[in-house]
Amino acid sequence: MNPDFGEVWVYLSASPLTALTTTLVAYLMGDWIYQKSGKMPILNPVLIAVIVITIGLTVTGIDYWTYFEGAQFVHFLLGPATVALAIPVARLLRTMRSGFGTLAVALVLGSATAAISAVFIAELLQASEQTVLSLAPKSVTTPIAMGIAERIGGLPSLTAVCVIMTGIIGAMLGPYVLNLARITSWDARGFAMGVAAHGIGTARAIQINQEAGAFASLAIGLNGLATATLIPILYSLWQWWGGS
Amino acid sequence: MLIALTQLLFCQLMGEVIARAFDLAIPGPVIGMSLLLVALLYRQSIPEHLETTAEGILSHLSLLFVPAGVGVVAHLTVLGNEWQAIIGSLIGSTVITVLVTGWVLQRLHRGASHES
Repeated sequence: MNPDFGEVWVYLSASPLTALTTTLVAYLMGDWIYQKSGKMPILNPVLIAVIVITIGLTVTGIDYWTYFEGAQFVHFLLGPATVALAIPVARLLRTMRSGFGTLAVALVLGSATAAISAVFIAELLQASEQTVLSLAPKSVTTPIAMGIAERIGGLPSLTAVCVIMTGIIGAMLGPYVLNLARITSWDARGFAMGVAAHGIGTARAIQINQEAGAFASLAIGLNGLATATLIPILYSLWQWWGGS
Repeated sequence: MLIALTQLLFCQLMGEVIARAFDLAIPGPVIGMSLLLVALLYRQSIPEHLETTAEGILSHLSLLFVPAGVGVVAHLTVLGNEWQAIIGSLIGSTVITVLVTGWVLQRLHRGASHES
């Protein structure tokens, strides 16, 4: 009747239950800190949860893949959640009678800005060509970004890391930037977060305002398509420019 | 709730099938979202059960990114000795993109409302 703690630990560290519970508890902690701070965007719940879990994994010596085996149940829900974005978008499109042209202009300019500014700054900071190419699609949702990176000669695994970091950076800094620039309308704020910081930016927008959330949801899908079209074109222009 | 979840998963499954069958670069869930969107616009109304379930899932969308976020930390070594350039580029580019997109849209909308 005296279970060996080591045995219990071996069971728990490999069970999905532990990883799932840890993920939820860490996120609730992050959210609690964020709410207590008076919703300061810089105290992003995702970032706090990630830091808490990483410290936990380092301290206990559990590797990432063991953790992910359990946490993949949370990760899996990203699929149906992406599909569910159709609901706010449908609600928006049913009420929207005009303004499609302005959205298209903002979309193309935003998509091009994301790719060109990332490449330009990375070149300025003397990153290698492969790194520069991996950075170009960082503002769109992970699977699309990895596909684009592969096509133009970037490193898809590096792109995946950059995409998530972009999302967190956008969710943390985006609201401050929008405030500083006096961009007050919810449609513009939401759309900007969706274009620049895909799902993580959208998740933030949804929690702040319904209209912003709907515009951000619309922006993710549209920006995925726009960027997948635009980057290969920009890339061949860049090749041509560099080659001549 | 159960019906709505089944519908969402069904759309995703259809999306995955289409993405693979036509070898598309667009991920299955994004195609699934487009399918559901077309269906909803065609119906001209959003069923209540779908609306409540979607709201439930989407209000915790941030949580779903946590495992991937932990993965990023575990794979930070891919940044290698270029991490300063990468982080500099990510921060700079994200700030500029938010600024340009938001500013353009707000400007154009204001212009449009002044005209009318």
